[in-house]
Order: sequence, then structure tokens, then C-alpha cells
Amino acid sequence: MKRTHIVLLATGLAALLVAGCQPEAEVTPEAVIPGSVLPANFPAPVYGFDQNPPTQLGFELGRTLFYDPRLSRDGTISCGSCHQQSAAFSHDGHTVSHGIDGLLGTRNSPALHNLRWQKSFLWDGGANHIETMPAAPITNPVEMGETLENVVRKLNADATYQQRFAQVFGSQPIDSYQLLKALAQFTAALTSSNSRYDHYVRHESGGTLSAQELRGEAIVAQKCVACHATDLFTDNSFRNNGLNQAFPADSGRAHITQRATDRGKFKVPTLHNIARTAPYMHDGRFQTLEQVLDHYDHGVMASPTLDPLLRQPDGRLGIPLNAQQKTDLLAFLHTLTDEQFLTDKRLAERR
Amino acid sequence: MRISSLFLALAVVAVSLTGCENKNTDPDPVAQVGEMDIELDHVVGTSSLVRDAATPNYTTPSGDQFSVSVFRYYISNIKLKKADGTEYAQPESYYLIDDTKAASKRLALKNIPVGDYTGLTFTIGVDSARNMSGAQQGALAQSDMFWTWDSGYVFMKLEGRSPQANAGGFSYHIGGFKKPNIAMRTVSPALPTGVKILVRPDHTPEVHMKVDVMKLLTGPTTVRFATFATAHMPGAAAVQLANNYAAGMFSIDHIHAN
Ligand code: HEC
Ligand code: HEC
Repeated sequence: MKRTHIVLLATGLAALLVAGCQPEAEVTPEAVIPGSVLPANFPAPVYGFDQNPPTQLGFELGRTLFYDPRLSRDGTISCGSCHQQSAAFSHDGHTVSHGIDGLLGTRNSPALHNLRWQKSFLWDGGANHIETMPAAPITNPVEMGETLENVVRKLNADATYQQRFAQVFGSQPIDSYQLLKALAQFTAALTSSNSRYDHYVRHESGGTLSAQELRGEAIVAQKCVACHATDLFTDNSFRNNGLNQAFPADSGRAHITQRATDRGKFKVPTLHNIARTAPYMHDGRFQTLEQVLDHYDHGVMASPTLDPLLRQPDGRLGIPLNAQQKTDLLAFLHTLTDEQFLTDKRLAERR
Repeated sequence: MRISSLFLALAVVAVSLTGCENKNTDPDPVAQVGEMDIELDHVVGTSSLVRDAATPNYTTPSGDQFSVSVFRYYISNIKLKKADGTEYAQPESYYLIDDTKAASKRLALKNIPVGDYTGLTFTIGVDSARNMSGAQQGALAQSDMFWTWDSGYVFMKLEGRSPQANAGGFSYHIGGFKKPNIAMRTVSPALPTGVKILVRPDHTPEVHMKVDVMKLLTGPTTVRFATFATAHMPGAAAVQLANNYAAGMFSIDHIHAN
């Protein structure tokens, strides 16, 4: 008895002293901030909580910025214009992005979720950090067409923003650092981990898969996980999955590395919420998941950088899938839809 | 039993206490520190740099005429060396120099241990760690000196006009921190013979450094505007220009002991 007390006292004292050393009380993120708990079935995040500790005010500021069209040159396009919650923050039905002045981009708006686990961003991996990533759409002439300098000027001219930034960062004026940190509070909070499949893997209630869905899971485990790996369904690598023979419109990873061996390689995308993020692939060429599966079955095109996994031992290209396997796969892919995430009011625009 | 528990308790408390102390300890109060300034003097050959001339105000040795509209660059990781080989490395040593901002051309170094320094080393550009660490503050705050679609700092920008350039102008955005297109360069311009940088509590030496734009066009690679008017991403062109800025673009002209 006594002994336990002393040890308790000691650890208590030590804890107090250690706490006294911390500059701020922000040790554990509040549970009410979306994404502030790491899902048990995900690997360790790339962007840990310690790098930009989630705070309620920071998250809310990031959300306001994400939905604010003033981040674009003419005040018409916000991040949320191209990244819509109901489509897992992709652009529903849009093959390529639509920016200011009706300008078209060249690539499909990807879903934004589980970004905390991503090593690189953009289809070619050109952006290397979740914090600096938003500077790309802001300054892209066919997306938001702005400069960071101008955005910061607009924010500093707004009394409400001034006050909110000061509350979060404790210093003035607002600079690009504060802007990017605040946006990352929101983008890093977009954790999607409550699909029926996630519940199934974590043995939680509601986590049952039908016999057909289980057959689909087995096919993924056999034919897809080499690239769509872990419960994030990506190995974060760049690969050529046979969409083209020469990739004249977009060389993909080679655009960044300037290596011929990277031509036609694109970031392996996650499959979470895949039923809601049509159209598919970097250029949005496929409208349906059926078309995607048909591509893997009989549409894969040969090129020097085609991934070896898509060449069968008998010389056939692609991943053979019969009609039954396709139906099973589709059933499984639908279990990856996370309704809670897609309808989470905390992630929606506040009007 | 009880004694060992007490010991444990005391030990834990002691450990926590020292943990706190470390953070509050001031730098060694006896170590004396001083300051020094580096004044950057932007020139083009033998003339000083005057931007935005209506007609070309400079001519390269190859006969290309040009004027300059933008000149900006990063200097980082400044180090001072003593004769005995020991070095002082300035912490958080990042400067963005912009020819339009006079104040940016004076680098004020503070808290330097007093001593007689015989060498000055710095990097043109930004180390790879800071190119990969997300949002940054101060001189490194993301701006148009940062490539967003292929994350990384632009180490140096030179833009201007030339009748010899096909599009009427040239634009060099030099950067790159990944192999094989690394463009940061560490240089150690020589101090004038027999001169040292004497840092004292009551003396602020002033190092006057010439930054010669012409050297960017005339180093190991001769730049002709007709054939080499742009560099806009990490790559072979940026590396050639980086080799040029490493070859004598920065030189120490004189030092005021003050
Ligand atoms: C005009 C449409 C548009 C706007 C506006 C837009 N994006 Fe995007 N976003 C895209 C497209 C298209 C891509 C893929 C581009 C590429 O790969 O080159 C993308 C990619 C991304 C990615 C990388 C995702 C990944 O998995 O690699 C993130 C993160 C992102 N956007 C966040 C934002 C934020 C934050 C904003 C607001 C500052 C924003 N976007 C504004 C269209 C847009
Ligand atoms: C060799 C690696 C590889 C294998 C194996 C693979 N994929 Fe992919 N997958 C990719 C890459 C790379 C992309 C993105 C290609 C692009 O957009 O250019 C992709 C894209 C997709 C997309 C579109 C995602 C989106 O957001 O647009 C779906 C769906 C998909 N794969 C499903 C599957 C399924 C199902 C299997 C197994 C039958 C599979 N993949 C096997 C590499 C692979």
C-alpha cells in the first residue's frame, strides 16, 4: 500500500514538473477535432501530430480558408470548388479541374483524405509536403491564379481573419507560414477510416462483409495489393498501370525526375471512398469502376515503363478478371465508402 | 523496500528537475560575443547594377546586350573560420536578398563569439532539409522564390531583356536540391591578403562583398541569350548556371574593421 502511494506521489510530482517544462498545455489533441485520433488499422503517419498539433481554433481557421474563394485571383474559386466533401473532396463528375476564368487544367482533382499518411502529393509526386502543397493550386494560373503574397495581403486586410490568425498563432501580421500551417490543420484532419471495411478489419460493430464482398477482398489481396497496399490502399510509389503507350499529354513522374524510366508513372492512388470519386485516373478518363476493371482486364497498353506486375508470365498484359471476379471486386470496393466522413458536418462549409 | 521506493521517487524528481534546468540555462555568461555585417554590392562587371533601364545598359564579353529587371537570391549557412581551423556556424542562417530592397543587402550577424576570423563560407541557395520541411518562417517563408509544383526554393532569379533573346527577354530561375540536379553551391571567397575579420564586443566589422551579375553569364558556361534564355526548373540548365555562380560571382572587395 505505502509503496504504491510513494510511487504514485513520485510519478505525480514528476508529471507535474515535466508538464511545467512544456511551453504549452497542448499535449494531446482534443478528440472533437476530426482526424485527431489515429486509426488502429493504419500505418504510422508521415505528418505526425507533433508537427502541427491539432487545435480547435486552428482547424476551424483552416476550414474557413479551405472554403474561401478569396484565395483565388478573382474571388470565384475556393479549394472546396474542386474538392467537394460528398465526393471525398474530389471533383464530382469533372474529368479535369476547372479553375478561374473557366480555365481547364490537365489533371483530375484527386480525393483528399488520409493526407497525413502521404509522402508526396500531386499525381506526379512533385509536392513534397502537406503544408506547402496548397501553394500549388493557389499559384497555378489555371486553378486559382493568385500569389501567396496577394493572398496574405487580402487576409491581413480582413479584421476577422486578423483576429482569428492572432488567436491561433499569437503573432502578427499574417504571413505565408501562418496561412500554410492553418490550411494544413484542415487538410491533415481529413481522416477517412470508418468505412464498413475499416470496421470489419478492426472487429468493430457494423463491420460485417457479405460472402461476395469477402470474395472481392480476396481478389484485391491477390491482384491489387502489390500497389494498392495496406489499409490505405497505396504503397505511395509511382507506377505505370498501362493507360498509354507514350504518354504524350502527361509524362507523369518523369516531369519531376526528368528520367525516361519514370515516363508514364503516376502516384498509386488510395481506394478509400473509391465508389464516390469518379471519374478515375490522373486524367479522369474512366467514368465508372466497371471501366477501370475492364482496363485492368483487357485495356492495359504496353510501354517500356509498364509495371512488371501487369505483364503475366504468358506474355498477356494486365490482370485477368472474369465477370464473376469483377462483380465481386465491385462489391468489395463499395465497402470502402465512409459515409461518416462524407457527411461529417465538421468538415463541411460553414455558411 | 520502502527506502528503494523513496529513492526511485527522488530519482524521478531529480531527473525532471534537470530536464527543466537545461531549457532555462543561459549561454555561458563569460563567452564574449560581437557582431559583424556583410554588405552586398550588386554590380555588372565594372558598373553597379541599375535595374529596368529602357535600353540595354550592359554588354556581355560575347557582345550580347541586356538590362536587368529582377535579381534575387538566397544566402544561407554562413560560417566563420579561425586560423586554427575552428569554425563558428551561424544558427538559423538564411537570407533572401532582393535588389529592390536595400535593407536586404545588409546581412547583420549577431552573437558571434569574439575572435580573429580568417575565412568566410556560405551557401548560395537553401539546404535540402529546408526544402522538404513544409511551411517556413522569416527569409524562408514561402513566396515566389519557391516552386510549388516541384517543391523547393528558387535559389537565384535573374530576369531581364535583351535584343539577342528570341522572345526579347531572359529569365533564369535556378534551384534544385535533388540528385543529379543539385544547384546549391557552397563558396568561400578569399579575404583580402593579410586581412582578418576581427569580431570584438565593441567593434562591428563590415565585410563588403561584390556580387557580379556578369559572372552568372560568363563562368564555366558562356550564356548567350539567343540559345540559352530560360531556366525554370531543376535540371541541366540550372546546374550550368549554378556552376557559374559558384565561380567567382561572390567576391570580398574589402573589410572595414570599424
Ligand atoms: C481548379 C481546381 C482546384 C482547386 C481550386 C484546388 N485544387 Fe487541389 N487539386 C486539383 C488538381 C487537378 C489536383 C491534382 C493536380 C496534379 O496532380 O498535378 C489537386 C491536388 C491537390 C492535392 C494533392 C492530393 C494528392 O493526393 O496528391 C491537395 C492536398 C490539394 N489539391 C489541396 C488543395 C487545397 C488546399 C486547395 C486550396 C488552396 C486546392 N487544392 C485547390 C484541383 C484543384
Ligand atoms: C502495378 C500497380 C497496380 C496494380 C497491380 C493495380 N493498380 Fe490500380 N492503380 C495504379 C496506378 C499507378 C493508378 C493511377 C494511374 C493513373 O492515374 O495514371 C491506379 C489507379 C486505380 C484506380 C483509380 C483511382 C482513382 O482515384 O482514380 C482504381 C479504381 C484502381 N487502380 C483499382 C485497382 C484494382 C481493383 C486493382 C486490382 C485488380 C488494381 N488497381 C491494381 C497501380 C496499380
